[in-house]
Amino acid sequence: MDYRNTLTTCTYCGCGCNFFLESLDGRLTGTIPCKTSPVNEGKLCIKGWNVHQFVQSEKRLTKPLLRKNGELVEVSWDEALNFVASGLKAAKSASGADSIGFFASAKVTNEENYLMQKFARAAVGTNNIDHCARL
Amino acid sequence: MIDHIKKKINELLSGGSVKGVIALANANGHVAPCLFQKGDDLEKLSLGDRETAGDARYPLNKVLITIARQYPDEVFGVLTRGCDERGLHILYRLNQLMPDKVVPIGISCPQSLAIQCECKKPWPDDMTAGEKSEAVAQKRVQDAEGKDLKERFDYWANQFLKCVKCYGCRDICPMCFCKECSLECEDLVSKGDLPVDIPVFHLTRAMHMADRCIDCGLCEEACPSGIPLRLLYKKTAGIMNAEFGFTSGIDKNETSPLSMMGPAPKK
Repeated sequence: MDYRNTLTTCTYCGCGCNFFLESLDGRLTGTIPCKTSPVNEGKLCIKGWNVHQFVQSEKRLTKPLLRKNGELVEVSWDEALNFVASGLKAAKSASGADSIGFFASAKVTNEENYLMQKFARAAVGTNNIDHCARL
Repeated sequence: MIDHIKKKINELLSGGSVKGVIALANANGHVAPCLFQKGDDLEKLSLGDRETAGDARYPLNKVLITIARQYPDEVFGVLTRGCDERGLHILYRLNQLMPDKVVPIGISCPQSLAIQCECKKPWPDDMTAGEKSEAVAQKRVQDAEGKDLKERFDYWANQFLKCVKCYGCRDICPMCFCKECSLECEDLVSKGDLPVDIPVFHLTRAMHMADRCIDCGLCEEACPSGIPLRLLYKKTAGIMNAEFGFTSGIDKNETSPLSMMGPAPKK
């Protein structure tokens, strides 16, 4: 019998609300807002309250998919990354770095967003960086 | 008090009379619900007091239901305040927990917490540690009733308007366990719309809480919009008491007036 409450931070937006992901025998069973967190003081929005649901969702993508002949097929990470890298290179050499744009996300960490803009500016050479929250 | 509780938990676990004890624990600088099992370090035990008494309380009976559904044949101990004990009585009545599978470890609340909660009974009958604090009068309800009808109506309409429909009041509630919830029934509550349906959303919940609410106050503490939910449910409980002489959870063998046919029971 393994009941745990794992303290973590919400992935849905940049507010940084803290909660416990409640698990029983390795399966997530719920979200409990952390009352002693100075950020959210035991409160959450509807997304935070249900954050445990997407982790074990059957609809969740867990492997890279590549569209081949109009159909998405499972491929290795190497193949997926090679496809993206060669696509970006081709676009850059054909139409210049500013023909490429990058969308960062509220659902990743600050550090991952930093890496995204660094990759855009330093590796690709464009300042075309935006964020899904602009919507 | 906490040493007394540790001793009790240790006795229960080492004696093998319970499989685990659901209580609170200090971890990562925070307080979280925890399942203590045989051999676990009891030094991290917390009673949910941080800066003020009871400011880190969590719905432990809800945790117990989660675990008991998976392990229906095991017996569990659970840290129990006055409100939690009322909750256990109701959860037994509603067949969500089996009384012979639960060992309550009762603690009383200090007077400061009783005053803050305006608690009618800040102690469990089955008390392992602590001293009985005094019952506190329902001043919030009295104050609200002092306003005239229009003032009251406007007050609540404005409060309900603040709702962001996070469902946190339901999700934190140790007495909410239904698999299908009226608040997700599209005939009552429109899906994906704000402002919330006023007053259907909040009054539907208040009605469902009428014979269940144990006045633990976790809903009000979880509300990101600061809606005085506890006041609403205290008033609902007051009506149940005035009309039916019923106080949810006080009596172990209670029958809810809402589940009986026929004339109202004697006051």
